[in-house]
Amino acid sequence: MTQTPMTTNAKIAWTGITKRFGAQVVLDGLDLAVAPGRSLALLGRSGQGKSVTIKLALGLMKPDAGQVLLDGVDVTRQSEAERRASFRGIGMLFQGGALFDSLPVWENVAFRLINADGIGRREARERAVEALALVKLAPDVADRYPSELSGGMQKRAGLARAIVGTPSLLFFDEPTTGLDPITAGAINELIRDRVTSLGCTAVSITHDMASARTIADELAMLDNGRIVWRGRADELDDADHPLVRAFVTGKSME
Amino acid sequence: MGLFSTNPVAALGRAALEGIAAIGRVGLFAARGISAALSPPWYPRQILAQFASVGFLSLPVVGLTAWFTGAALALNIYSGGDRFNAETVLPQIVALGITRELGPVLAALMLAGRVASAMASEIGAMRATEQVDAMVTLSTDPRRYLIAPRLIAATLSLPLLTLITDIIGVAGGMQVSNYLIDLSPSIYITNTMDFLTAWDVESGLIKSAVFGFIIGLMGCFHGDNAKGGARGVGRATTSAMVSAAVLILASDYLLTSVFALK
Repeated sequence: MTQTPMTTNAKIAWTGITKRFGAQVVLDGLDLAVAPGRSLALLGRSGQGKSVTIKLALGLMKPDAGQVLLDGVDVTRQSEAERRASFRGIGMLFQGGALFDSLPVWENVAFRLINADGIGRREARERAVEALALVKLAPDVADRYPSELSGGMQKRAGLARAIVGTPSLLFFDEPTTGLDPITAGAINELIRDRVTSLGCTAVSITHDMASARTIADELAMLDNGRIVWRGRADELDDADHPLVRAFVTGKSME
Repeated sequence: MGLFSTNPVAALGRAALEGIAAIGRVGLFAARGISAALSPPWYPRQILAQFASVGFLSLPVVGLTAWFTGAALALNIYSGGDRFNAETVLPQIVALGITRELGPVLAALMLAGRVASAMASEIGAMRATEQVDAMVTLSTDPRRYLIAPRLIAATLSLPLLTLITDIIGVAGGMQVSNYLIDLSPSIYITNTMDFLTAWDVESGLIKSAVFGFIIGLMGCFHGDNAKGGARGVGRATTSAMVSAAVLILASDYLLTSVFALK
């Protein structure tokens, strides 16, 4: 089992995070840190707070206690304007793609460039088409609307949107859910390729062990609101934690 | 105390508290929306798109409503007003009724049905599919990109639509008068113009700006608070339309009371 990076040197760190929904405690003093340039996959059963963990980092939810440190700065205490500035270097691939269905694909990909960075539409479109090429989408896809794309193409377009601003931190929420194994494999390879070539830090949520092995350097198991196991991808098969064993073998713990 | 308490005082208290909390939430949402609308950054393309959607595309439905209302008003004055010779002042009554009351209120109610519901369903669906969350992660404030353009477009479009409603409504009354009492259009228009004051029209336009804001606010508020997937979006759509219509009628009475004292 690998050591948790010191939060002071981490690219992103959750320290002592507690999050409740009514009487249900979803995160119970969560401590997790990811070093710069590392790719971590967050594993766990459904309803264990994996998506909540990412949403807290993105400022989409507030923790009841604890801090989320991005480059050492607690984003939970920032104003909305400060947080938006901090998030300039963050890309996120949502589980369902979350593409804006009223905009063509290129405007989806270039959304941040046009609306947050103030880049002209012509240049933004060129950069969007370049980003689409990186995720193996043809230029003619740029003018289509998200509803005209297959699930795999939507995921690719979402990935292009996440990487277009050359981010230093990427989040992936269930990147291969709902895709056939061949398309899922292609998406995994694309994510790995982009994370490696951009040299950025990545945090992924997945139930797909093949995906986790491909895209992550490290894996962490979240259960009952805390990290119960953490290790390198090549340590996964030798892990003795019963929940990790159950994930690897795909068998029930009972 | 359980949710279905039979204690009527407790139930009344709970309902009052929920009502106050809801007013507080709407008030806060409105204040943030106004603040976003009045301060940069603005998104001109979004504002123009909303003007087209709220204003231009509402013209046919508002125009038809205006013509039929003006025509029906003239018919009613002709058939019911002959008991006290009201048909002699038919153009004046139509003009007053349309500009002060029916024009702003009917245009607003038609817009509440067409626009508030569309805003609620669009923003609600964006919430349900994480598009609003995605916007936040792309360093863009949804209040400025989604809410402010809708508030601006609804508040400024409705007075323009009301002005058109006034003109078409008077035209509807004029056509019916010409047919029923053989009143020539030129005399009808002269009588209308001689009678109407600027305030008759202005008061209607002020009302319609308030109604427009209410429509935008209810559409955006209910859409932004939609929960529970498709069912939640459906509920938000209905709530937006119904609450906008009720608030339009309530504020119409309040504004008319204030204007009457002027």
